[in-house]
Amino acid sequence: MTPGLYIAFFSVGVGGVLCCMIRALLGPTASDRVVGVDGMITITTALMVLLGLFLGRRIYVDVALVYAVLAFVGVIAVARYLEKGL
Amino acid sequence: MTATTIIGGVVVGFGTIFLFLGGLGILRLPDVYNRLQAGTKCTTLGAVCTIVGVGIIEPGWLCKAVVVALFILLTNPISAHALARASYKSAVPLCEGTVVDKYREFGECEEAGSTAETADATAGSEP
Repeated sequence: MTPGLYIAFFSVGVGGVLCCMIRALLGPTASDRVVGVDGMITITTALMVLLGLFLGRRIYVDVALVYAVLAFVGVIAVARYLEKGL
Repeated sequence: MTATTIIGGVVVGFGTIFLFLGGLGILRLPDVYNRLQAGTKCTTLGAVCTIVGVGIIEPGWLCKAVVVALFILLTNPISAHALARASYKSAVPLCEGTVVDKYREFGECEEAGSTAETADATAGSEP
Protein backbone atom coordinates (compact mmCIF):
# COMPACT_ATOMS: atom_id res chain seq x y z
CA MET A 1 0.00 0.00 0.00
CA THR A 2 1.15 3.51 -0.72
CA PRO A 3 1.80 6.01 2.11
CA GLY A 4 -1.10 8.16 0.91
CA LEU A 5 -3.52 5.31 1.57
CA TYR A 6 -2.10 4.89 5.07
CA ILE A 7 -2.52 8.61 5.69
CA ALA A 8 -6.15 8.42 4.54
CA PHE A 9 -6.85 5.50 6.91
CA PHE A 10 -5.16 7.27 9.81
CA SER A 11 -7.09 10.49 9.22
CA VAL A 12 -10.42 8.64 9.16
CA GLY A 13 -9.55 6.81 12.39
CA VAL A 14 -8.25 9.93 14.09
CA GLY A 15 -11.53 11.65 13.18
CA GLY A 16 -13.32 8.96 15.21
CA VAL A 17 -10.89 9.46 18.09
CA LEU A 18 -11.57 13.22 18.05
CA CYS A 19 -15.35 12.63 18.12
CA CYS A 20 -14.95 10.36 21.15
CA MET A 21 -12.66 12.90 22.79
CA ILE A 22 -15.21 15.69 22.38
CA ARG A 23 -17.83 13.45 23.98
CA ALA A 24 -15.47 12.60 26.83
CA LEU A 25 -14.88 16.32 27.43
CA LEU A 26 -18.54 17.38 27.10
CA GLY A 27 -20.36 14.41 28.60
CA PRO A 28 -23.06 15.42 31.07
CA THR A 29 -22.63 12.41 33.36
CA ALA A 30 -19.70 10.26 34.37
CA SER A 31 -21.01 7.34 32.28
CA ASP A 32 -20.84 9.49 29.13
CA ARG A 33 -17.21 10.24 29.78
CA VAL A 34 -16.40 6.59 30.35
CA VAL A 35 -18.18 5.65 27.10
CA GLY A 36 -16.12 8.25 25.26
CA VAL A 37 -12.85 7.05 26.74
CA ASP A 38 -13.72 3.42 26.02
CA GLY A 39 -14.45 4.15 22.38
CA MET A 40 -11.27 6.21 22.13
CA ILE A 41 -9.18 3.35 23.48
CA THR A 42 -10.71 0.76 21.16
CA ILE A 43 -10.13 2.94 18.09
CA THR A 44 -6.58 3.67 19.25
CA THR A 45 -5.88 -0.07 19.63
CA ALA A 46 -6.84 -0.71 16.02
CA LEU A 47 -4.87 2.29 14.79
CA MET A 48 -1.85 1.14 16.78
CA VAL A 49 -1.74 -2.17 14.92
CA LEU A 50 -2.03 -0.25 11.64
CA LEU A 51 0.79 2.04 12.75
CA GLY A 52 2.93 -1.02 13.46
CA LEU A 53 2.36 -2.16 9.88
CA PHE A 54 3.19 1.30 8.56
CA LEU A 55 6.43 1.58 10.52
CA GLY A 56 7.33 -2.09 10.11
CA ARG A 57 7.65 -2.77 13.84
CA ARG A 58 6.03 -5.89 15.16
CA ILE A 59 6.22 -4.88 18.83
CA TYR A 60 3.30 -2.46 18.36
CA VAL A 61 0.89 -5.40 18.18
CA ASP A 62 1.92 -6.42 21.71
CA VAL A 63 1.52 -2.84 22.87
CA ALA A 64 -2.00 -2.83 21.41
CA LEU A 65 -2.85 -6.07 23.24
CA VAL A 66 -1.69 -4.66 26.58
CA TYR A 67 -3.62 -1.44 25.93
CA ALA A 68 -6.80 -3.43 25.24
CA VAL A 69 -6.35 -5.40 28.48
CA LEU A 70 -5.85 -2.21 30.49
CA ALA A 71 -8.94 -0.62 28.90
CA PHE A 72 -11.06 -3.64 29.81
CA VAL A 73 -9.87 -3.66 33.41
CA GLY A 74 -10.34 0.11 33.75
CA VAL A 75 -13.87 0.14 32.37
CA ILE A 76 -14.91 -2.78 34.59
CA ALA A 77 -13.43 -1.01 37.62
CA VAL A 78 -15.26 2.25 36.86
CA ALA A 79 -18.51 0.34 36.29
CA ARG A 80 -18.17 -1.41 39.63
CA TYR A 81 -17.48 1.95 41.25
CA LEU A 82 -20.57 3.56 39.73
CA GLU A 83 -22.64 0.58 40.83
CA LYS A 84 -21.37 1.19 44.38
CA GLY A 85 -19.86 -2.27 44.51
CA LEU A 86 -16.24 -1.24 44.94
CA MET B 1 0.68 -4.93 -5.25
CA THR B 2 -0.15 -8.55 -4.66
CA ALA B 3 -3.67 -9.91 -4.20
CA THR B 4 -3.37 -10.22 -0.42
CA THR B 5 -2.34 -6.57 -0.18
CA ILE B 6 -5.40 -5.46 -2.13
CA ILE B 7 -7.78 -7.64 -0.10
CA GLY B 8 -6.21 -6.54 3.18
CA GLY B 9 -6.35 -2.89 2.16
CA VAL B 10 -10.05 -3.17 1.38
CA VAL B 11 -10.71 -4.84 4.74
CA VAL B 12 -8.67 -2.19 6.59
CA GLY B 13 -10.55 0.61 4.82
CA PHE B 14 -13.89 -0.97 5.73
CA GLY B 15 -12.75 -1.20 9.35
CA THR B 16 -11.54 2.39 9.58
CA ILE B 17 -14.83 3.67 8.13
CA PHE B 18 -16.68 1.76 10.83
CA LEU B 19 -14.33 3.16 13.48
CA PHE B 20 -15.16 6.68 12.35
CA LEU B 21 -18.89 5.91 12.33
CA GLY B 22 -18.63 4.57 15.87
CA GLY B 23 -16.94 7.75 17.01
CA LEU B 24 -19.58 9.85 15.27
CA GLY B 25 -22.33 7.84 16.97
CA ILE B 26 -20.71 8.39 20.36
CA LEU B 27 -20.65 12.11 19.66
CA ARG B 28 -24.12 12.55 18.16
CA LEU B 29 -26.55 10.15 19.85
CA PRO B 30 -28.75 11.57 22.61
CA ASP B 31 -28.35 9.16 25.50
CA VAL B 32 -25.80 7.07 27.41
CA TYR B 33 -27.45 3.83 26.31
CA ASN B 34 -27.64 4.85 22.64
CA ARG B 35 -24.03 5.97 22.80
CA LEU B 36 -23.04 2.62 24.27
CA GLN B 37 -24.83 0.89 21.40
CA ALA B 38 -22.87 2.85 18.78
CA GLY B 39 -19.64 2.75 20.71
CA THR B 40 -19.73 -0.99 21.21
CA LYS B 41 -21.03 -2.52 17.99
CA CYS B 42 -19.51 -0.18 15.40
CA THR B 43 -16.22 0.12 17.21
CA THR B 44 -15.86 -3.63 17.76
CA LEU B 45 -16.56 -4.41 14.10
CA GLY B 46 -14.20 -1.68 12.96
CA ALA B 47 -11.36 -2.74 15.23
CA VAL B 48 -11.69 -6.42 14.35
CA CYS B 49 -11.78 -5.65 10.61
CA THR B 50 -8.77 -3.34 10.85
CA ILE B 51 -6.64 -5.76 12.84
CA VAL B 52 -7.53 -8.80 10.72
CA GLY B 53 -6.86 -6.72 7.60
CA VAL B 54 -3.37 -5.93 8.87
CA GLY B 55 -2.93 -9.67 9.45
CA ILE B 56 -4.00 -10.35 5.85
CA ILE B 57 -1.56 -7.76 4.46
CA GLU B 58 1.37 -9.14 6.51
CA PRO B 59 0.80 -12.93 6.84
CA GLY B 60 3.55 -13.32 9.43
CA TRP B 61 1.53 -11.21 11.87
CA LEU B 62 -1.76 -13.03 11.36
CA CYS B 63 -1.52 -15.20 14.49
CA LYS B 64 -0.87 -12.34 16.89
CA ALA B 65 -3.35 -10.06 15.13
CA VAL B 66 -6.10 -12.67 15.47
CA VAL B 67 -5.31 -12.94 19.19
CA VAL B 68 -5.76 -9.17 19.62
CA ALA B 69 -8.96 -9.21 17.52
CA LEU B 70 -10.42 -12.11 19.52
CA PHE B 71 -9.61 -10.34 22.77
CA ILE B 72 -11.41 -7.18 21.64
CA LEU B 73 -14.33 -9.25 20.34
CA LEU B 74 -14.69 -10.99 23.71
CA THR B 75 -14.11 -8.16 26.17
CA ASN B 76 -15.78 -5.16 24.53
CA PRO B 77 -19.38 -6.40 24.96
CA ILE B 78 -18.66 -7.42 28.56
CA SER B 79 -17.40 -3.98 29.52
CA ALA B 80 -20.31 -2.28 27.69
CA HIS B 81 -22.81 -4.48 29.52
CA ALA B 82 -21.26 -3.73 32.88
CA LEU B 83 -21.21 -0.01 32.10
CA ALA B 84 -24.85 0.06 30.95
CA ARG B 85 -25.95 -1.78 34.07
CA ALA B 86 -23.94 0.53 36.31
CA SER B 87 -25.29 3.66 34.65
CA TYR B 88 -28.88 2.40 34.98
CA LYS B 89 -28.35 1.63 38.65
CA SER B 90 -26.76 5.03 39.28
CA ALA B 91 -29.95 6.62 37.84
CA VAL B 92 -28.65 8.15 34.61
CA PRO B 93 -31.81 9.48 32.91
CA LEU B 94 -33.07 8.02 29.64
CA CYS B 95 -33.54 10.38 26.69
CA GLU B 96 -36.82 12.11 25.82
CA GLY B 97 -37.96 9.81 23.03
CA THR B 98 -37.60 6.57 24.93
CA VAL B 99 -40.56 4.30 24.17
CA VAL B 100 -40.09 1.28 26.39
CA ASP B 101 -38.09 0.56 29.54
CA LYS B 102 -38.24 -3.19 30.06
CA TYR B 103 -35.67 -3.20 32.84
CA ARG B 104 -37.85 -1.03 35.12
CA GLU B 105 -40.99 -3.03 34.29
CA PHE B 106 -39.17 -6.23 35.18
CA GLY B 107 -37.95 -4.71 38.45
CA GLU B 108 -41.47 -3.56 39.34
CA CYS B 109 -42.90 -7.01 38.57
CA GLU B 110 -40.26 -8.62 40.76
CA GLU B 111 -40.94 -6.16 43.58
CA ALA B 112 -44.73 -6.67 43.36
CA GLY B 113 -44.28 -10.43 43.30
CA SER B 114 -42.07 -10.40 46.38
CA THR B 115 -44.49 -8.15 48.31
CA ALA B 116 -47.43 -10.38 47.28
CA GLU B 117 -45.50 -13.42 48.46
CA THR B 118 -44.78 -11.85 51.83
CA ALA B 119 -48.43 -10.76 52.10
CA ASP B 120 -49.53 -14.32 51.37
CA ALA B 121 -47.11 -15.65 53.95
CA THR B 122 -48.38 -13.28 56.62
CA ALA B 123 -52.01 -14.02 55.65
CA GLY B 124 -51.29 -17.74 55.81
CA SER B 125 -49.72 -17.48 59.23
CA GLU B 126 -52.55 -15.33 60.60
CA PRO B 127 -55.10 -18.02 61.53
